[in-house]
Amino acid sequence: MDAQFKSGRLLTLTVLAALLPCSIAPVSAQVTLLNVSYDPTREFYEEFNAKFAEYWKSKTGATVEIRQSHGGSGKQARAVIDGLEADVVTLALAYDIDAIADNSRLLPTDWQKRLPHNSSPYTSTIVFVVRKGNPKNIKDWNDLVKPGISVITPNPKTSGGARWNYLAAWGYALRHNNNEESKAREFVAGLFKNVPVLDTGARGSTTTFAQRGIGDVFISWENEALLILKEFGADKFEIVAPSLSILAEPPVALVDKIADKHGTREVAQAYLEYLYSDVGQSLAVKHYYRPRNAAWINQAESPFSKLELFTLDEMFGNWRKAQQAHFSEGGVFDQISVKNK
Amino acid sequence: MRWGLTGAAVAFLGLMLILPLVVVFATAFSKGWSGFSAGLADSDSFAAVKLTLIAAVISVPLNIIFGLAAAWAIAKFEFRGKSLLITVIDLPFSVSPIIAGMLFVLLFGAQGWLGDWLAARNMRIIFAVPGIVLATVFVTVPFVARELIPLMQAQGREEEEAALSLGAGGWQAFFRVTIPNIKWALVYGVILCNARALGEFGAVSVVSGHIQGVTNTMPLQIEVLYNEYKFVPAFAMASLLVLMALLTLVLKHWIEWRSARSLAQIGSGPDRAIAPPR
Repeated sequence: MDAQFKSGRLLTLTVLAALLPCSIAPVSAQVTLLNVSYDPTREFYEEFNAKFAEYWKSKTGATVEIRQSHGGSGKQARAVIDGLEADVVTLALAYDIDAIADNSRLLPTDWQKRLPHNSSPYTSTIVFVVRKGNPKNIKDWNDLVKPGISVITPNPKTSGGARWNYLAAWGYALRHNNNEESKAREFVAGLFKNVPVLDTGARGSTTTFAQRGIGDVFISWENEALLILKEFGADKFEIVAPSLSILAEPPVALVDKIADKHGTREVAQAYLEYLYSDVGQSLAVKHYYRPRNAAWINQAESPFSKLELFTLDEMFGNWRKAQQAHFSEGGVFDQISVKNK
Repeated sequence: MRWGLTGAAVAFLGLMLILPLVVVFATAFSKGWSGFSAGLADSDSFAAVKLTLIAAVISVPLNIIFGLAAAWAIAKFEFRGKSLLITVIDLPFSVSPIIAGMLFVLLFGAQGWLGDWLAARNMRIIFAVPGIVLATVFVTVPFVARELIPLMQAQGREEEEAALSLGAGGWQAFFRVTIPNIKWALVYGVILCNARALGEFGAVSVVSGHIQGVTNTMPLQIEVLYNEYKFVPAFAMASLLVLMALLTLVLKHWIEWRSARSLAQIGSGPDRAIAPPR
C-alpha cells in the first residue's frame, strides 16, 4: 500500500510537470509585431507605434499591434539569439545586430546596407552633462583627464552607450595626436582613471550622477543628456558640447527568419521605413534623437548642440573591428583597466 | 546591556527596514491618491499584476503537491538516494536565481538543447509565460518540502500505522491522520512559497524577454518604470507588492500563533521552533 501511495503521488507530479509548458500558448488573430529595442528608446517607440498603427490602418485597413521589449542593447541581442522572437530589432549599435546575424543566422550579415543611412534612421552623439554653472570649468575632452576631475560613464564592457563614449574619447585623442595610437591609449587610460564608479548601463550612470550626486561630469548620449535636463531640471545641470564627438548611429533591422515565420515581413518592413518619414523623424526630434534631415538639426529652436562629428567607420573601420580591438577579452579596454588598478 | 542590545536592534531595523518602507509609500503617494491610482491604471502595469498572480497561482499548488510528495517519501520511507533527494530539493536555495534562469535558456533557448525541437513544433517556453512560470516554480521548489520534512520526520509513522491497522485505507489515513498533523507547517510553507513567487526577480528577469504587457512581472515592471523616471508609478507598484508581502507576514504570524495554540492544547507535539504566546 505504501508503495502505491508513493507512485501515485509521483505520477501526478510528473503529469503536471509535463502539462505545464503546453498549457499557455499565446495565439492572436491580429497582426502583432515585436520590436526588441534598447533602454532609452521606450518613450519614443511608444509614441511612434501608435502613429504607425494609425498610418497602417489608413493605408491597408489592417490593424497592427506593436509590442515592445527594452533592456541593455547587448542583453537584448543575446535574448534574440536565444529565441526572443523579434520581428524587428532597433538596438544601440551595429555590433549587437552583427552578433545576431553571426550567431543565429536570423538575418543576413549585410543587413546594414538594406536601409538608408547605414540603417540608422535617427542618430545621436556623445556630450557632457555637468552641474549647473559648470564649477569645474569643463569645456572639452582634455579637461576630463585632469587630476581631481571625477568622471561618470557606464562600463564599456556591458553598455552600448559607454562604448560610444569610449570611442568618442579615443577619436578625439587620435585627432589631436597625429593619429598616434599610443597617445590615444594614454589619454583614454587617464580618462578612466578619473572614473570612480562604472555602472553597467547608461540609466544606472544617470542615477549615479543625477540622483546620487556623484561625479563632476557625466559622459552621456545627447538624447539622455537632454532628458536629464527635462526630468531633473535645467536649474541643476547643463550640457557641455565638446569640440569633437562621434556620430552615434543606432541601427534598425528586419529579422528575416522570424518575420517570415510570423508572416509579418511586409508590415515590419513598412514599420522600419516609416521611421524615415517626416512623422518618424519629427517624433525622433521630440525625443531628442537627431533626425537625418540636416536642415531640422540646424533650426533655431533645435535642442541639439552644434559640434563637429566623426563617424565610427572613418575612425575605426567598422564595429566588428572596433569591438575586436577595444572591447573583446584582453582588448585595449581590459589592458588599461588592469594598468589603472 | 539588555537595553543597549534592544536599542541597537531597533535602530538597525528602523534604518534598514522601516525607513525604506516609509520611503516607498511616501513616494507612491507623493502626488496624492489620484497619482497613486493613475500609476497603477496603466495597461502594462495591470498585465504585470496579472502575470505575477498567474505565476503564483500555478507555482503554489505545484509546490504543495511536490512538497507533500517529497516530504512524505523522505519522512516515512527508506530508499536509496534519499539524502541525494534532500540535497537536490535544497538546490534552488543554494544557487543564485540567475543560474536558474540561465539553465532554462540553455535548455529551451533557440541555441539550447531543446531549441530546435521546440522551434519545429512552434512551442515557446522562454520569453513567454511558460518560462516565467517554470522559473518561478524552480526557485520556490524547496519551501513546502523544507517545512514538512523535519516535522514529518519527528512525527514518525506510528500514527499512520495505527490507522492502517485499524482498517483505514491509504488515502483515508493520509487525509485523516497525516494532513491534520502537518496542517500548520503546510500552510506556513505555502505562505513563504507564495511570497517568493510574487517577488522573484533574478530568474524571471533572465527568461522574460521584457515584452511590455506580456512577459513583465510586477518586480520587472517596477524596474522598467523606475528606469523611465516614472517614480510615482514605480513606487505605487512597489507599494502594492509590499502590501502583498505585509499581508503574507500578518498571515504568517497568525498561523504561528494558531499552531502554537493548537500544539499547546494537544499538550504534546513535536518540538518545533515556535514560541508559545505569552
